[in-house]
Amino acid sequence: MAEIQTIPPAAAADRPVIACRDVAKTYAMGGGVVQALRGVSLDIFAGEFVAVMGPSGSGKSTLMNLVGCLDTPSAGRVAIDGEDVSDLSPDQLSDIRSRRIGFVFQQFNLLRRTSALENVMMPLMYARRPVTDRAERAKRCLGMVGLGSRTDHFPSQLSGGQQQRVAIARALVNDPTLLLADEPTGALDTRTGMEILELFQRLNRQGITIVVVTHDPEVAAAASRVLTFRDGRLVSDRRNASPRDLAAELAALPPANDEAGEAVA
Amino acid sequence: MTIIDGIRMALAAIRANAMRSLLTVLGIVIGVAAVITMVAMGSGARDQVQQQVSSIGANLIMVTPGVRRFGGVAVSGNAILSEEDAAAIIREVPGIAAVAPTRSGNVQLVAGNANSTSRLEGITEDYMVAREWTIESGRSLSSSEVRTGGQVVLLGQTVARELFGESDPVGQSIRINRTPATVVGLLKSKGQTSFGQDQDRIVMVPLPTSRRILGNSRIQPRRVDTITVKAESGGRLGTAVEDIKDLLRQRLRIPPGGTDTFEVRNLTEFLSAATEATQTMTMLVSAVASVSLLVGGIGIMNIMLVSVTERTREIGLRLAVGARRGDILLQFLVEAVTLCIIGGAIGIGLGIGLAYLIGNLAQWPVLVQPNVIVMSVLISAAIGVFFGFWPARRAARLDPIEALRFE
Ligand SMILES: Nc1ncnc2c1ncn2[C@@H]1O[C@H](COP(=O)(O)OP(=O)(O)O)[C@@H](O)[C@H]1O
Ligand SMILES: [Mg+2]
Repeated sequence: MAEIQTIPPAAAADRPVIACRDVAKTYAMGGGVVQALRGVSLDIFAGEFVAVMGPSGSGKSTLMNLVGCLDTPSAGRVAIDGEDVSDLSPDQLSDIRSRRIGFVFQQFNLLRRTSALENVMMPLMYARRPVTDRAERAKRCLGMVGLGSRTDHFPSQLSGGQQQRVAIARALVNDPTLLLADEPTGALDTRTGMEILELFQRLNRQGITIVVVTHDPEVAAAASRVLTFRDGRLVSDRRNASPRDLAAELAALPPANDEAGEAVA
Repeated sequence: MTIIDGIRMALAAIRANAMRSLLTVLGIVIGVAAVITMVAMGSGARDQVQQQVSSIGANLIMVTPGVRRFGGVAVSGNAILSEEDAAAIIREVPGIAAVAPTRSGNVQLVAGNANSTSRLEGITEDYMVAREWTIESGRSLSSSEVRTGGQVVLLGQTVARELFGESDPVGQSIRINRTPATVVGLLKSKGQTSFGQDQDRIVMVPLPTSRRILGNSRIQPRRVDTITVKAESGGRLGTAVEDIKDLLRQRLRIPPGGTDTFEVRNLTEFLSAATEATQTMTMLVSAVASVSLLVGGIGIMNIMLVSVTERTREIGLRLAVGARRGDILLQFLVEAVTLCIIGGAIGIGLGIGLAYLIGNLAQWPVLVQPNVIVMSVLISAAIGVFFGFWPARRAARLDPIEALRFE
């Protein structure tokens, strides 16, 4: 496993959760090649809330796939929690995803014929958790996202925001160090999107590292750091001294029709 | 992921597409049902023939006068067999356990007001051994009675019931075609043959006595109708049949190449004929069942491929949250196997039902053996593994990113 030298962090002094060194990804496409990433180096540290921005086709999703251990780079190294994952086999990558990473998708990707609870329990099965703990763990996570009383609902019985909360509970259920979300609010209206962001901020305060891909500067403004990509390159890495406080913003809004689920104690 | 997880997911997926699943397993259902029905009927028939042959007696050879006919024209007269022929067989043919010459015919029986009709066998002591008859009450015929032609008789169960009801016939007097005789023994029941013949409608008297009752041949006073020969073992039957034929040709002065005027039949030939018939039938149906199972298997493969395509996003999601390729493989393999076993179970139920229905309508014996059921389940599972493997492997090899992007 190659030793990766860390870039000295601005804020934290500990080991980065994500370390990328000269990461490139190329795809063969009808004779030619597409260079989705062209040499990206960056570190993301524990407890950061990072927004990834950039125009369509700039390589954001490609980066998320590499960082999420769904794919391996064509060149360069990627390390998660200090472990080099650049050359792992599909099954080894599965284990890293299972133990360390939670995914949240734009389209929620819940299993339709399966209750909220079972959707959340699903990753536990692949993490080889004992059957007896599974329901309890999943219930706890549904409680964390404010859906403690809707465990038996099916996706079709839940609003978009609630479905995304189930998906977030599913992402959290194996205690990942890293939460990756590609356009998590893209399919939601503004207010519901704010509620999801508020949930992310709350989870982030509890210590989980979050990376969110977004087009929306309003969403990026909720993050503590904003990375901007263009043509497969990292063109800007900016710290946000005063992120939005979504809890306060939501409290100031007039109460909406019950979308979010019950308040969390 | 455990097998239990796999089965739970499989049942959920099958329930979600209940109708489609049912149609898919139809080939398996039909194949398994055909096998179960045929095997049940085949082994029922074989079992019955076996029982019947062993109730007549094991390792038996029957020697009877017989005419070879060509186009309905007798080419020679019947042989007349005698007690001397029987004696010669036991003297000269090796490997013979018992030889029982018999005279037989149908008789009227009267006891008080009751009467009955029956087959009468004039026997020697060896007959009881050869045909495996046993006494339920009273005693068998003594050797002096057999030698001197005592006025004694053994009754079969049916005859005894018709003459004496439920009371013990031993010691009672009856008349056989007007000839008086004392009942000395009641035979143990043998029941019906598979052709519906009542084996218990029988009376037995000493051979000389039967000649007085049935009348006698003037040409050959020691004439018998049948010589029943019991070989020492099943392995000796073939050579014993040939030896008996040679001996009788000699004794009856049939020239080499001449037509036999007697028949020597090995009783187990009936058994092997019956077994052969059911085997032919079983093979035929097995062929049909194999085709049905093959078509069923291909149906399973097809539906699993459809299912994998339909659930590409689900597979991508499962991979993303940490499923290994082996987990996905197992999930779809278990689904295919579960589907096949459900089909197999329906087929088993249907097959048993059908076997009993046909058995009832056609008066055919049916025997469902547990090992056939176990085999059917195993075969169904094997079809699931065989035809489910390729689709499952396809699912397992999907790339998570592309699978998640699949519309
Ligand atoms: N599997 C692929 N095959 C070929 N080209 C791809 C593939 N995935 C992404 N690309 C290309 O890589 C570039 C970056 O894509 P992506 O990372 O999805 O951008 P973004 O998420 O920023 O919109 C695009 O030009 C895209 O067409
Ligand atoms: Mg994208």
